[in-house]
Amino acid sequence: MITAIQEREAHTDTGQSYEKPVLVIQGLVKAFGNRRAIDGLDLILERGSCLALLGPNGAGKTTTIRAILGLVRPTSGSIAVFGLDHNTNLAAIKARIGVVPQMDNLDPDLTVLENLLVYASYFRMDRSLARERAEELLDFLALRNRRDEIIQNLSGGQRRRILLARSLINRPELLILDEPTVGLDPQARFLIWERLLNLQAKGTTMLLTSHYMEEVSRLSSQVVIMEQGKKIASGSPDEIVSSMIGTEVIEMEASDLELERLREKLQGCHVSLEPVGNGKIFIYVHEECSEIRELLSSSRRLLKRPATLEDLFLRLTGRDLRES
Amino acid sequence: MKHVQASLIGNLGQPFLFLLAMGFGLGRTIPEIEGLTYLQFIAPGLVASAVMYSAAFEATYGSYTRLSTQGTFDGILMTPVNVSQLAMGEILWGATKGLISGLIMLAAMPLFGVIPSLWIVLVIPVLMIAGILFASMGIVMTATASNYEYFNYFTSLLITPFFLFSGIFFSLSSIQGPVAPVLRCLPLTGVVNISRGLAYGRLSSDLLFDLLFLLGYTLLFLLLAIRLMERRLVQ
Ligand SMILES: Nc1ncnc2c1ncn2[C@@H]1O[C@H](COP(=O)(O)OP(=O)(O)O)[C@@H](O)[C@H]1O
Ligand SMILES: [Mg+2]
Repeated sequence: MITAIQEREAHTDTGQSYEKPVLVIQGLVKAFGNRRAIDGLDLILERGSCLALLGPNGAGKTTTIRAILGLVRPTSGSIAVFGLDHNTNLAAIKARIGVVPQMDNLDPDLTVLENLLVYASYFRMDRSLARERAEELLDFLALRNRRDEIIQNLSGGQRRRILLARSLINRPELLILDEPTVGLDPQARFLIWERLLNLQAKGTTMLLTSHYMEEVSRLSSQVVIMEQGKKIASGSPDEIVSSMIGTEVIEMEASDLELERLREKLQGCHVSLEPVGNGKIFIYVHEECSEIRELLSSSRRLLKRPATLEDLFLRLTGRDLRES
Repeated sequence: MKHVQASLIGNLGQPFLFLLAMGFGLGRTIPEIEGLTYLQFIAPGLVASAVMYSAAFEATYGSYTRLSTQGTFDGILMTPVNVSQLAMGEILWGATKGLISGLIMLAAMPLFGVIPSLWIVLVIPVLMIAGILFASMGIVMTATASNYEYFNYFTSLLITPFFLFSGIFFSLSSIQGPVAPVLRCLPLTGVVNISRGLAYGRLSSDLLFDLLFLLGYTLLFLLLAIRLMERRLVQ
């Protein structure tokens, strides 16, 4: 994983690699009433990297983002962005951030271009500069032929692209993406990922929330898994998967009795067994051993595959469907 | 653009209809008040009420839509704009719409045979201030609303009584007893007095008092509106 970071640094201005982190959150707590939406969160986001906040609905991802933008007042803890104090420099901070919000808040009565221009005016951007950037962004996000259409008439995928275009109007150093591709079809999602990777290559720092593991693995260099306002794991995607659940997963069917027998048999191995319902079990393999090889060569029906972020996520946050 | 048209017709309809019904209909049977025909008497107050209706409407229904369903305010607050600037923007926008309604009413007065004096030019800044006052009241409601029905209270319990009891339709000097000071203190009363005074060139030191009162109200509600928006938008 170190190589990925080095690669990233090679793309960015080398002078910037040793700068202060773009974002430092320390001991952040936010209580709504007596319920803690964020409960003692620490985060560091280095310049040029992409950090993904991963967590089930209600984990506190959006609240964290709103706190960074000063839309939620922390109950305690501190937030520093670009090394600036949050309380006194909020406007200056926000001038250097771009946000794709979870909820679509484009102006439905305006055209695509008008939406971009009105937004630019909030940054007190010169009209001709705004126009130039807007046209550029329409090209970048393949929206050229939608330029003069009213937002109301556009699809979900197009609106998400407009939101991304809008977030880039001020050339942000930090781009915050709150579930940027939620509800999109694979084509639309792919286009957005491709553009985001392009921006990363140019050095844009990103904070991403998502519950699409594929999105997180493709885009982020660092993952923080959140649950109920707390960080429950963090690291590079590959690193945390291999350190927390292993490199491979074996899926197989087994009765309770067989499960017990397997447990005994694999006692000496560095593996963990987890029943996942419907008589199925997953064996997470941290390290190959002879017993595992024996199992694999037996005639049983089983599936061996690499461990993914999804395995880790489900393992940590539970498999049962729930809203916390 | 069609929204602008719809809201202008909606908010101007009422003062115009009152001018017709009360001025032409009822007015024929009413003797002169304070040396004016009834139509002349009510016309300047109806200009003031047009400002109130348009400004209050925009700052409630209009602003609440941007706050809630469209999420516009959330989007704006992700830029360097802060909550007080946002609230000020909404208030000035509502006030501007109010002023436009007032000016349309004013321009239409000659059609009804009401020719104001030249002093009326001075009413324009006063109507703008009135716009700011009623838009601020609207924003106070918007900042505390959880649905559109909530604005019915505002309309029925405040705006309509202001319209009926601020001396647009009857002379407040004829009212005696404990209600007199209450009516005198309604926020629209001063605007009505100033409008009428300027319309017919009847200036008096009372109007200065009315103006100070109006400015006081405006400042109070402006600050309250910003404060409550802050509470609403930054949790
Ligand atoms: N303004 C608010 N008032 C009360 N509770 C809130 C508010 N905003 C968020 N919450 C609660 O905080 C928790 C975290 O929400 P959120 O940050 O939106 O989660 P996520 O984005 O991870 O899905 C949820 O339980 C949510 O209901
Ligand atoms: Mg969220």
